[in-house]
Amino acid sequence: METIYRRPALLADLPTHYCPGCGHGTVHRLVAETIEGLGIGSRTICVAPVGCAVLAYKYFVLDCCVAAHGRAPAMATGLKRVLPDRVIFTYQGDGDLASIGGNEILHAALRGEPITIIFVNNGVYGMTGGQMAPTTPLGMRTTSSPLGRDSQQQGYPIHLPELLAALPGVAYAARRSTHSVAEIRRARQAIQRAFTVQLRGLGLGIVELLGACPTNWQVTPVEALEFIEQVMLPVYPLGEFKVAAELGA
Amino acid sequence: MAQGTLLIQTDRCKGCGLCIRACPQQVLVAGQHFNALGYQPVQLDEALRRCTGCGVCAWVCPDLVFTVYRESAGRAG
Amino acid sequence: MARELWKGNEALAEAAVRAGAEAFFGYPITPQTELLEYMARRMPELGRTFLQAESEIAAIHMVYGAACAGVRALSSSSSPGISLMQEGLSYLAGSEVPCVLVDIMRGGPGLGNIQPSQSDYFQLTRSAGHGDFHPLVLAPSTVQEAVDLMYASFDLAFGWRTLVILAGDGTLGQMMEPVEMPPMRALAVERPDWALTGAAGRSPRVISSLYLDAAELEQSNLRLQAKLQQMAATQQRWESFCVEDADYLVVAFGTVARIAQSAVRAARRAGIRVGLFRPVTLWPYPRQPLDAICPQLRGVLVVEMNGGQMVEDVRCVVRERVPVRFLGHLGGVIPMPDEIEAELAQLVSLSGRAAFS
Repeated sequence: METIYRRPALLADLPTHYCPGCGHGTVHRLVAETIEGLGIGSRTICVAPVGCAVLAYKYFVLDCCVAAHGRAPAMATGLKRVLPDRVIFTYQGDGDLASIGGNEILHAALRGEPITIIFVNNGVYGMTGGQMAPTTPLGMRTTSSPLGRDSQQQGYPIHLPELLAALPGVAYAARRSTHSVAEIRRARQAIQRAFTVQLRGLGLGIVELLGACPTNWQVTPVEALEFIEQVMLPVYPLGEFKVAAELGA
Repeated sequence: MAQGTLLIQTDRCKGCGLCIRACPQQVLVAGQHFNALGYQPVQLDEALRRCTGCGVCAWVCPDLVFTVYRESAGRAG
Repeated sequence: MARELWKGNEALAEAAVRAGAEAFFGYPITPQTELLEYMARRMPELGRTFLQAESEIAAIHMVYGAACAGVRALSSSSSPGISLMQEGLSYLAGSEVPCVLVDIMRGGPGLGNIQPSQSDYFQLTRSAGHGDFHPLVLAPSTVQEAVDLMYASFDLAFGWRTLVILAGDGTLGQMMEPVEMPPMRALAVERPDWALTGAAGRSPRVISSLYLDAAELEQSNLRLQAKLQQMAATQQRWESFCVEDADYLVVAFGTVARIAQSAVRAARRAGIRVGLFRPVTLWPYPRQPLDAICPQLRGVLVVEMNGGQMVEDVRCVVRERVPVRFLGHLGGVIPMPDEIEAELAQLVSLSGRAAFS
């Protein structure tokens, strides 16, 4: 028998604390497989966020630290500046990165820090129980937008990779999803590219990954995939918004 | 068609059912028993013998419960 | 080595460089900006890291990141910037990652002004962030002392795995004084056994301040508290002047202690047997040496450039044994020696009356 798939050694052989059907598990797997595939596990450092993925350090078999809420890009900057030959990535959710950490990601991108940002967008604050995030689609009900997000009251969803793609310091910016096998494969490729631009010193690489949050969306895991297709995708088009020319085809 | 099989870490499965939905051969089913986490873990319906070892279940599983094998017999070298 | 004229902020920067600082992250704010500007020139010249951050919040988290790699990293700021850094200081304390921070204090609250002040005393010694911890706080009174303390600060920080804060006021940062600079140290090659460097040939390391289990967090806190107690017992630094025969004691720190010293000299000439006690560590507060002087005293005068902060520590030590008076100026007003003398005269007459009543 030939082994077609085996879990990556860079993910600890532990049950995760994530809810059934949560997108984080899949993204963890893709990141671990990418790092393993690139053969950089022994020189990669993960900066974990505050949010559902705060325990990422338990799962990645890598040197890890945990940043304060939203500050992961600043912490990654500090690490990368003193360890330029190491690979530094942050793993952040939408509240962490796009709300409280807006300034840190913006300026890390402006400086073109050669770091990799793995950004999981599920449209809500998961850990605190499903409040509105900057990524919550218009009309979506959350515990802090009980009547549905209203642009007049709560503004519009943020499109971070598109925004960052405009900055010269950003070498790779993409949005991918985890709702189907085909998209998961594309997500894996995007994560690989976001690490590759760092390895080549081209600038900051960021991948936004649409991930399911069945618990806070109050749907089943299978329905959550349909939720991504029907609710998230119309707001968040998938694609590569910036690919450094040096990266090639 | 190639013959495959799966090793399922049933103690890790959270019964989300994403693999059942994704499996092109429809050989995965929700188990009847509960694991220590309190979920009904997925099972390979061995009676169907239709698993091709394509690995789709492993691609969609957020909890990495699958190890996927495929018969390599018949291949040169 | 020759004595040269150095501005306080720049002297602190050069002392940090010579102490082996490998990374500086900061943000401009008066009255400490010259420290950042000096580092902007000096660090790249030596092939070391300098980065102007987008905010004090980012600066301290960059320090946190660099310090996680086991390098000697520092930042500097002034009061409003320190407020912003408190988040990072708490995480640094919670994960016991060492670093050095300079606070060149200015008048507050709020935007306040850019004049010298000592009003961050509580902030630095009591509430440098949420949770239970204290940084080691050093309060130099001269530029030379600022240099010497900065030179020692990384060893203290790494030895204790603690945050060390050098607390000066705007006067210290801005004034020029003759300084003898310490020699340039070679950079540390070895990284500490907790540093994140990539898990090559060893098991992965984690730096975190998260303990989800209550009992586990309590244990971590108790470890931290035990360390703080050990620091409190062994790290008290102070200086005293003319206390041997003193009936009265002036207590002041930082540049105010220098003004107080002039007043003590003048009062001595006027026949008052008065001494000066100057804490060098604001945390841990030098309680034992102050306590040891108390039995001979008839009164204590505390002088600060704030509304009365260190005076609370002094009262804790003195208790009700003798009167403790407070003279404070706020908002950047600097106390003058004649005011201190007048306060001393008041103290003498009050405690004299008390003695005869």
